[in-house]
Amino acid sequence: MKKLIIALAATVAALGGLSSGAQAQEKTKVCFVYVGTKTDGGWTQAHDIGRQELQKAFADKIETPYLESVPEGPDAERAIERMARSGCAMIFTTSFGFMDATVKVAEKFPKVKFEHATGFKAGPNLATYNSRFYEGRYIQGQIAAKMSKKGLAGYIASFPIPEVVMGINAFELGAKSVNPNFKLKVVWANTWFDPGKEADAAKALIDQGVDILTQHTDTTAPMQVAAERGILAFGQASDMIAAGPKTQLTAIVDTWGAYYIKRTKALLDGTWKSEQIWDGLKDGILTMAPYTNMPDDVKAMAEETEAKIKSGELHPFTGPINKQDGSAWLKAGEKADDGTLLGMNFYIEGVDDKLPK
Amino acid sequence: MLEAILLTIITAATPLVIAAVGELVTERAGVLNLGVEGMMIMGAVCAFAGSYLTGSPLLGVLCGIIGGALFSLLFGFLTLTLVTNQVATGLALTILGLGLSGQIGESFVGIPGVKLQPIVFPVLSDIPFVGPLLFKQDITFYLSIALIIGVNWFLFKSRTGLKMRAIGDNHGSAHALGINVIRTRYLAVMFGGACAGLAGAQLSLVYTPQWVENMSAGRGWIALALVVFASWRPWRVFAGGYIFGAVGILQLHAQAFGIGVPSQFLSMLPYAVTIVVLIIISHNRRTTLINTPASLGKPFVPDR
Repeated sequence: MKKLIIALAATVAALGGLSSGAQAQEKTKVCFVYVGTKTDGGWTQAHDIGRQELQKAFADKIETPYLESVPEGPDAERAIERMARSGCAMIFTTSFGFMDATVKVAEKFPKVKFEHATGFKAGPNLATYNSRFYEGRYIQGQIAAKMSKKGLAGYIASFPIPEVVMGINAFELGAKSVNPNFKLKVVWANTWFDPGKEADAAKALIDQGVDILTQHTDTTAPMQVAAERGILAFGQASDMIAAGPKTQLTAIVDTWGAYYIKRTKALLDGTWKSEQIWDGLKDGILTMAPYTNMPDDVKAMAEETEAKIKSGELHPFTGPINKQDGSAWLKAGEKADDGTLLGMNFYIEGVDDKLPK
Repeated sequence: MLEAILLTIITAATPLVIAAVGELVTERAGVLNLGVEGMMIMGAVCAFAGSYLTGSPLLGVLCGIIGGALFSLLFGFLTLTLVTNQVATGLALTILGLGLSGQIGESFVGIPGVKLQPIVFPVLSDIPFVGPLLFKQDITFYLSIALIIGVNWFLFKSRTGLKMRAIGDNHGSAHALGINVIRTRYLAVMFGGACAGLAGAQLSLVYTPQWVENMSAGRGWIALALVVFASWRPWRVFAGGYIFGAVGILQLHAQAFGIGVPSQFLSMLPYAVTIVVLIIISHNRRTTLINTPASLGKPFVPDR
């Protein structure tokens, strides 16, 4: 019995070796490691759509294997290493929590190229890439200020990390550029993903009088509640119009495809370099879902702002901006530098919430 | 405002109460099924599928109940017939349920669900305040109340319930008395599965009418904890479920209101308050010991 098992194992191993060897000769492997499932309706789904676009763009030159639901932590390193051993030429690891694992595996496999999403640790063969989501938040804030009758919006936040705080501030800045007295209520769900809790947070905010809802959590539950209660809302990460055809004003849609194609082309051409990329609306790494459920003048304003951000004429974080306690942060005309934004741990004036530490 | 808050609390507490009372019956029969989370998520996906395919959310609820019960049958077969370890099998059931439901539900992702409509009692629902809260709810709420009352009666007032508790306390003696231990336990496991399935149906048809993978998000584990902290008493499970739901909703309101307490602390409150309250109401060690099923989790092989 034992011999049989060994023989079987040897056969399987040989077959596996043969097949992967044969593939390596034909096509370059560009691999993906996901934190969630590819159908999560938000973050990971957006990455997987990017992967599919990439596969289509280089149909006969590459293949794009992926691993789903890889937990952040020790398992991530094992999963990434498995990808590296299987002959991947480039590996995209698409969650902030994969950062340290990616760094470790990148050191072990100097010939493999690594790309880590939303992190800040790079290396000779490890690039990072991120999206300026805050640009979209600013546009949403402007729309909210125009559309809200009460001048009060609700924000469902996940965790108090700089990425989320930056989004809240950008939203408030956009809103204040239209209505200086605009107020923002924030509720921390302390989760990325819990439809029930997200819905509860949405209900609590609506019961306290907000008439516009925006979210930085992953499911369409808040959009659904907004639709049911007859108020307006913004989608997150994916176009959520299906959950609220008469509710969604617009959504920040992550579109990683163009970036994946650009980097894979560089890999195939041999021009790949380790870079730390933070792209925005102008690069097409995020797009705004169609502006719906709003009058034409609001739509025109949103489109104009989007164009200004794309052309570089407008940077959402341009002074004068005060911190929440009223102390000065940016002088008139001064622009926030990327370092401050990426480490943002304070609110700006007008946010009606105490930032959890 | 108060009415709106209470309505939200009812929606949040109902799935916990239903799943916990089902597990309570399973555990009273001496079987520890840690697979509540897995059965709940299977119920959620079956309910959504049933509702989507037939167009009737009510049939969806039925599918959820059947789905949960059938899935628990797997646990029953493994632990009761094959006498595998209950803890390990329960954990495996949860993992299997989360994976399997994702597979089944893959094509339902992103489809807006149909909400289960409330059953409106004429006249009664017109009573101010009380009417909308108690007489204009969907069927899962009425079932949750019926389950608590029914299970309480069954366990402490009926002969069959007495026999079942006897099995949970000492399966050897119960067997010697001629009670069919294995058959009763099978039924208790399936009852627990059916309740977990119903709780799942509430999630995907009432709470958030949609299907998302892993949408139970740990509620099965909370239900499990409620049973223990409620010292296996139905009305305490009910109280625990509502305390947990209420504190969970009120902390969100406190945040939106801007009371300036760190949100991490507020997020912890439902767990802390529920545990403290339930420990206080079940503080009598003697009655707690009497209520704890002594054979809980122990394997039983009938001698032939």
